[in-house]
Amino acid sequence: MSSPPVAKSPMASPRSFLWSRRVFLTLLTGFVLVPVYVMVSSSLKPLADVTGRFRWLPSSLTIRPYIDIWSTVPLARYFVNSLIVAGAATVCSVVIAVFSAYAVSRYQFRGKRVFTVTVLSTQMFPGILFLLPLFLLYVNIGNATGIALFGSRGGLILTYLTFSLPFSIWMLIGYFDSVPRDLDEAALVDGCGPLGALFRIVVPAAIPGIVAVAVYAFMTAWGEVLFASVMTNDTTRTLAVGLQGYSTLNDVYWNQIMAASLVVSVPVVAGFLLLQRYLVAGLTAGAVK
Amino acid sequence: MTTTTPEAVEHPVRKNSPGAASGPRRRTGRIRRLGLPYLLLLPALILELLVHLVPMVIGIVMSFKELTQFYIRDWGTAPWSGFDNYRMSVDFDAPVGEALLHSFFVTVGFTLLSVGLCWLIGTAAAIFMQDTFRGRGLLRALFLVPYALPVYAAVITWVFMFQHDNGLVNHVLHDQLHLTDKPSFWLIGDNSFWALLTVSVWKGWPFAFLIVMAGLQNIPRELYEAAALDGAGVWQQIRRITLPSLRPVNQVLVLVLFLWTFNDFNTPYVLFGKAAPEAADLISVHIYQASFVTWNFGTGSAMSVLLLLFLLLVTGVYLAVTSRGRRAADV
Repeated sequence: MSSPPVAKSPMASPRSFLWSRRVFLTLLTGFVLVPVYVMVSSSLKPLADVTGRFRWLPSSLTIRPYIDIWSTVPLARYFVNSLIVAGAATVCSVVIAVFSAYAVSRYQFRGKRVFTVTVLSTQMFPGILFLLPLFLLYVNIGNATGIALFGSRGGLILTYLTFSLPFSIWMLIGYFDSVPRDLDEAALVDGCGPLGALFRIVVPAAIPGIVAVAVYAFMTAWGEVLFASVMTNDTTRTLAVGLQGYSTLNDVYWNQIMAASLVVSVPVVAGFLLLQRYLVAGLTAGAVK
Repeated sequence: MTTTTPEAVEHPVRKNSPGAASGPRRRTGRIRRLGLPYLLLLPALILELLVHLVPMVIGIVMSFKELTQFYIRDWGTAPWSGFDNYRMSVDFDAPVGEALLHSFFVTVGFTLLSVGLCWLIGTAAAIFMQDTFRGRGLLRALFLVPYALPVYAAVITWVFMFQHDNGLVNHVLHDQLHLTDKPSFWLIGDNSFWALLTVSVWKGWPFAFLIVMAGLQNIPRELYEAAALDGAGVWQQIRRITLPSLRPVNQVLVLVLFLWTFNDFNTPYVLFGKAAPEAADLISVHIYQASFVTWNFGTGSAMSVLLLLFLLLVTGVYLAVTSRGRRAADV
């Protein structure tokens, strides 16, 4: 979908433009790369290198930090927790967003505008406003029904999926609108129900948008700190909170912190970079139109 | 943020009714048609109600209660306190109100600078990378890395870089460039504002880049060709065509950046820990502090409600002003 735009100007770009571009992009690359370099290089340093004065190059390379991170804190458990929470939140969020976006894109009904405006405006709420009420609500629901939401992965999944839902719905509405109506109309004439038309025609045609939304939902859940720090306990703790375990000890194992940061970043960064094409295409068709 | 697309308005969805349907089938079809959209929306509605709207109402109720740690087990029994929590929050002569006002101004300054820089860098990068050149794909992937990194992993790396004794920043500024007499503290004191801004911009500009990049793809090529025929150079094309065409995209982009930055909790929380230095005391962390550290949930809720009202006001004014400008420009 995101075919690289052809060179836009028929005229050759003047030198001033080329030089500004070269200087600007070089500086920006440096700005972006330095922390990435620090993360990667420090994760391969012995402890002495990260406790003394900073050095650009490691005195010796070691993979020790990558072995130690798993025993200093129960990183594997946090990792599994994060995977479960982010994975489940993503799947639920995408499915629910697909239904909602289909309704808004294909039907006229009373309250449509109220719905879209309300859902979008929840993006504006400061998280801090509903942190404590939500905490109380989950505790009360737990007391009343026995469904443990507070401290459980379920509560976190529920919370995170609503974080990504508004933006996902919004983006998918735009994307579904760009799928020609004639296609699902034909499917309806052929005897498909509305859901058949949705899953056989609209969803396959909107795969890039759906992938983009899934990436967004996963990243949102994987990176959230505030609710994770209040709503989890020892067994359900996610990476966002668990990673701080390295820095509250007497010794700060910076090489291990960097190694752990790298390990928890790899899944999302790799996924994001592989799928960024879809994200740009999804944004082009949906949000930005 | 218009959500109904013009297309959907022009052609109300008669398309769902296959004209071939016969009598009884059409009747059940109509019932299903009327109910179906609501059924499809139901899961989203329930969840939004449960996680956003009901808690928001509870939060507003709480802001009128004297909710200290004694009542937290059974918060319904906390005594009503009228507008006391609000009065306390906005009494700028007393310590609580004064600190809140200070935090508010810090947040406003921080947000304006951060949003401005993110937008500027993101737009410039997107425009510079519009033409194809060698290494463009690689560079684009690289530029998205700060956005793709989980917040805590990225910010914790910056915490390491800002360390007084073993950080990269002091090593470069002091040991290598000799710009400072002695190593500076970056995560406490006045410098912390600039540390926070740096991290926020580093983390935030790729989002602007991404959105503007997507927006650029919707500008018709003919516009550029026509301008080139008229003899407009690259810089003029950017000023006359690219930037004006991006207006609708920018309207939403700037608003979203503003709201995210103003409400940002994760960055300062990971950067400074629970107690942010005064110079970088962003409002979200300030309210968190006021609620969870001092166990005064009523006042914390009142502050949150005030924050929400402020954001509503800004968003309303912003949309009114920018939409009017847009309409005038279209005529």
